Amino acid sequence: MEEILQYLFSGLTSGAIYALIALGFTIIYNATEVINFAQGEFVMLGAMLTATFCGLNLPLPLAFALAILITALAGILIERLAIYPARKASPITLIIITIGLSILIKGLAMFIWGKDPLPVPAFVGERPISVLGATIIPQSILVLATALIAVLTLEAFFKKTLTGKAMRACAANRLAARLLGIKVEPLVLLAFALSAAVSALAGVIISPITFATYDMGTMLGLKGFSAAVLGGLTSSSGAVLGGFILGILEALAAGFLSSAYKDAAAFIILILMLFVKPEGLFGTKEAKKL
Amino acid sequence: MKKQYLALLILGTFLLTTGFINRNDYYFNVLNILILNGLVVIGLSLLMGYAGQVSLGHAAFYGLGAYTSGILTAKYGLSPLAALLAAQGVTLVAALLIGIPALRLKGHYLAMATLGFGIIVYVIFKELISLTGGPSGLVGIPPLQVAGFTFLESKQYYFLFVGVLLVSLLLALHLAHSPFGRALLALHDSEAATMALGYDTGRLKLIVFLLSAALAGLAGSLYAHFAMFISPMSFTFIHSVKFVTMVVVGGVASLWGALLGAVVLSLLPEVLTVFEDYDVLIFGTILVVIMIFLPEGLFKGLGNLFLKHKKT
Repeated sequence: MEEILQYLFSGLTSGAIYALIALGFTIIYNATEVINFAQGEFVMLGAMLTATFCGLNLPLPLAFALAILITALAGILIERLAIYPARKASPITLIIITIGLSILIKGLAMFIWGKDPLPVPAFVGERPISVLGATIIPQSILVLATALIAVLTLEAFFKKTLTGKAMRACAANRLAARLLGIKVEPLVLLAFALSAAVSALAGVIISPITFATYDMGTMLGLKGFSAAVLGGLTSSSGAVLGGFILGILEALAAGFLSSAYKDAAAFIILILMLFVKPEGLFGTKEAKKL
Repeated sequence: MKKQYLALLILGTFLLTTGFINRNDYYFNVLNILILNGLVVIGLSLLMGYAGQVSLGHAAFYGLGAYTSGILTAKYGLSPLAALLAAQGVTLVAALLIGIPALRLKGHYLAMATLGFGIIVYVIFKELISLTGGPSGLVGIPPLQVAGFTFLESKQYYFLFVGVLLVSLLLALHLAHSPFGRALLALHDSEAATMALGYDTGRLKLIVFLLSAALAGLAGSLYAHFAMFISPMSFTFIHSVKFVTMVVVGGVASLWGALLGAVVLSLLPEVLTVFEDYDVLIFGTILVVIMIFLPEGLFKGLGNLFLKHKKT
């Protein structure tokens, strides 16, 4: 019992991270129908910048805010310099562009920060807390709480504010949104900024647990993508749920089956999902069987 | 088709002359890898340019070919040729298992399924240590032996690889210009219209996918014997991406374009090694810039630039 609880805690922690990254995927996908394979690099940037600013002894909240803000700017820059000029290209070309960007950002990070992992001090106490026989580190609770707040804030933004509603309108039907006088371009920029910020947040809160390395983004990004597909790629609540399901199943597989194959678990789930219910848990039924 | 034969003849002459003139082993090694990349890219180009499907897991098929050949010859003493056939079988079965369910669906499900498949296979290469040697790699793979002849030098492999490449390219060109190829092109434009013409589109896509996986597996088997050592690091997601990138950078719509992409992207890292660790930075930049300014690929893009220049 304690074992299961222990796996559940670790699954929830990584699940929260996958959920935030998956949210980043859906925000950009909804705005542009681009699957952004550079999403994981936003996570890395968030973690790296946190490490840098913590190293400069800035107060933690300021370090977080700067890390997220700079990554959001990077998101905007990417949209302006690479996605916007190629907006008329085929989906495959756009995917390759984002893959190129991912290689480019990773190379830049290696250039700036080097190859060694950068340590990040724990934001909250380091003493593990014991819950029903299982232990959980305070940072994990912080990860969960932050992810939850971020998800709820985004949900409120999309449902309650005019800008959020306009973004959903664009995702549903871009032409109709334009006809109603909604300017699409600034919304796409906003989507990139938001998506980068959410992923950077994931990087910020996970950095004390995993430390920050220039190549940490690739695997996190791919798992976040799996979570997004699990949730249907267009639905934000699906992405969050997909993230948690993926995290928990992965932790259980690592605990009960084999920790060596932990990284494969997420992708086995992805493939099974594609074959059994390709539209995802919450996606619209656009995946037609022939 | 006449033009294609001529181009093939020129390519063949060029490659053979290069082989006879060149005395540098390092160049042969680079060219051998380039040709193996070319083999993978021929299949991938048929899949992407003609059937309109993307595979983000071709490094896994390349790896399955390499590891099956490597394990069967190094650990079980099978002859390289028998192992190569077995490797083809393993690759095809894996491709069937992924292809049948994924290709029933419309859209880019094959891309997502192969992405997952590629990473799973990579993790297996890394973790199934008793069989694959794990992260430190598989050693002791014997050289290729065909009918009593043992391939030992890079130069010998070069001529073999050139032969395999030319034959594969000839077959691929024939396929592309056959009724089958035209059905694939139609499929690329409109799946519904192709179905209305009486084609089983799911089956068409599956056949091309199997063909491209088999070519990647063949290249992998040859690679294992040529390198005599394989490690999981040669078959990562990034390698799958590199194959797709070669096709797209060269130009998705033609086999020649895809081959050009293989040449450019195989040689680029060699040229960029003078920049040491920063070569990836430059690689990424070049990739993004080509895709933004020549979205139809180098082959067509440069051709168009040339035509424009001629007009003015």
